[in-house]
Amino acid sequence: MTLLEVKHLRTYFETSKGLYKAVDDTSFDLDHGEALGLVGESGCGKTTSALSIVRLLPKEGKIHGGQILFEGTDLVQLSDEEIRSRRWKDISIIFQGSMNALNPVMKVGDQIAEAIVLHEKISKKAALARAGELFELVEMPVDRINNYPHEFSGGMKQRAMIAIALACRPKLVIGDEPTTALDVMVQAQILNLLEKLRKELNMGLILITHDLSILAEVCDRIAVMYAGKIVEFGPVEGVFENTAHPYTERLIACFPHIGKEKIIPPSIEGIPPNLLEPISGCPFHPRCHKAIPKCTVQEPEMVKVGEKHYASCLRIGEA
Amino acid sequence: MTTDFAIEVKDLKVYFKIKRGLAEDLFSKKKKILKAVDGISFNLAKGEILSLVGESGSGKTTTGKAILQLLEIETGEIKFFGEEVRRKDKNFMRRFRQKAQMIFQDPYQSINPRNIVMDIVAEPLDVNHLVKSRKERTAKVKLALEQAGLEPAEDFYQRYPHELSGGQRQRVVLASSMIMDPTFIVADEPVSMLDASIRTGILRLMLDLRDSRQISYLFITHDLSLAWLISDRIAIMYLGKIMEIGGADEIIHRGIHPYTKALTAIMPTPGVNKRKERIVLPGETPNPTEDLRGCKFNSRCPLVHDRCYEESPELIEIQAGHQVACHLARELSRNH
Repeated sequence: MTLLEVKHLRTYFETSKGLYKAVDDTSFDLDHGEALGLVGESGCGKTTSALSIVRLLPKEGKIHGGQILFEGTDLVQLSDEEIRSRRWKDISIIFQGSMNALNPVMKVGDQIAEAIVLHEKISKKAALARAGELFELVEMPVDRINNYPHEFSGGMKQRAMIAIALACRPKLVIGDEPTTALDVMVQAQILNLLEKLRKELNMGLILITHDLSILAEVCDRIAVMYAGKIVEFGPVEGVFENTAHPYTERLIACFPHIGKEKIIPPSIEGIPPNLLEPISGCPFHPRCHKAIPKCTVQEPEMVKVGEKHYASCLRIGEA
Repeated sequence: MTTDFAIEVKDLKVYFKIKRGLAEDLFSKKKKILKAVDGISFNLAKGEILSLVGESGSGKTTTGKAILQLLEIETGEIKFFGEEVRRKDKNFMRRFRQKAQMIFQDPYQSINPRNIVMDIVAEPLDVNHLVKSRKERTAKVKLALEQAGLEPAEDFYQRYPHELSGGQRQRVVLASSMIMDPTFIVADEPVSMLDASIRTGILRLMLDLRDSRQISYLFITHDLSLAWLISDRIAIMYLGKIMEIGGADEIIHRGIHPYTKALTAIMPTPGVNKRKERIVLPGETPNPTEDLRGCKFNSRCPLVHDRCYEESPELIEIQAGHQVACHLARELSRNH
């Protein structure tokens, strides 16, 4: 059975200026042990999608439609109590600045044990032993579980957060820019660690980032988001080598390609549309280098462009 | 003023005294010192872009601030077009502050949210009493905004920062630096807060300004691929020292120092070409307050040997313009 299936998800925020359609009709799926990269500019709905899955939206945000099937169970329909028992046990999330989310006056080991005791009926002592094992798993010296967060570096705190995320052996881990605030070397260490853990524990991984260049090395499939919608979705090879959507094309081109010619790539002029206002046609058309008159009025549908590879652009299939 | 160098730095050291509790201060005689920049030297030619690349705590920002006299320095020489910058009189400092500018990382914090764009960009003119009439002020602001790619400029005069996108804010920051017609700019991670999609626009603008006005840049970044893209030369820093310095392509493709090698190995490239295991340096940068003997990189270096614990390597030239601070530099360069 598929681990996660998100179908036509709509998550809107109620603001004083009207409905803000942060995620608007988004669908994707993920298998056991698979890694999916969710990429796009700021404000495109990546984080909102993740928060919808774990149902941790701020109170202004509501799921207005769609299904989130986790091994067949629709998470949208669960009560707060039910989702709480699944959070951490089935699905956990690592946030961008999460290393700052550790309680500064509590030993790190105790914090991990607390999460375990809350979800499983085991003693504090057993939970602490488990915390030690988790530290080994994230490649930290076991005796450091008796340290306080301030005795850790940024990278170590992030490792501790990953240990907490893994505490109850979840089937799905969502990393929301888990390495953005870290140094490049530590970032590479953490990405290698996530990769290793995913294989060892056969857990699904959703990696959210604005940095397209790190996805290719970690993920199996990539979903490119723009203005609350997925515009291209497919295997890493397909998305990078047979890019179908002009937005993906431009996004890939924005990253310097060492070894190739040294030219500053063109930036994507303009800004993403205001999601408070209705969008006519394709949301990317005002910034698109391939836009034709039709794009301003007709909304493109997702079409198949390759093996498990889909994109939504009206110009696909043109000779 | 006959030199071709915009900036010459010689043996620059910047130390910070670490504040401790009162008890420790009273009972311990040894002062704890953080050697943020520990003896670095480099030149920056007119119209040249030099990138300082390193992880946090490597001393890149401290170097930039020290050159601009925004920090107290321990020892060292800093020359601006041949003139020693330290202990200069007021007149020199006024000119220096106008011609040497700094651009910060976060355009959400570096401009006053209560001012309109017109006043933000014109502020350096106002402070230095450089314009006589309102008309002249407006004309200068218009030109600066246009050069920064904000057109039509009139549309931006009355806007507040919150009405601008991140990229537009950074352009406003650039405009307010450019209005003084600077000859040297320290750009401290100027695009790291911006989306990749708009980054390149800012970089291109910086390059255009270099080409049209011969501005010299010290470009501070942790992103080696960005440094490669924009700069003429790259200096790799680690714990306050320059480990390697040379032409941008030279460093990326023919880097010698084990630390440079480690940095280039983890450089992500968009595309599916490599699914190989990346070699990642284990461990983290050691605490800079501890007095490290020998090479600063010895705790993480894969090629470490006895000498590295005793003696700190000096920068030696292995090729014209390419210097490496490693005891094994000559051997390693022969293997290339």
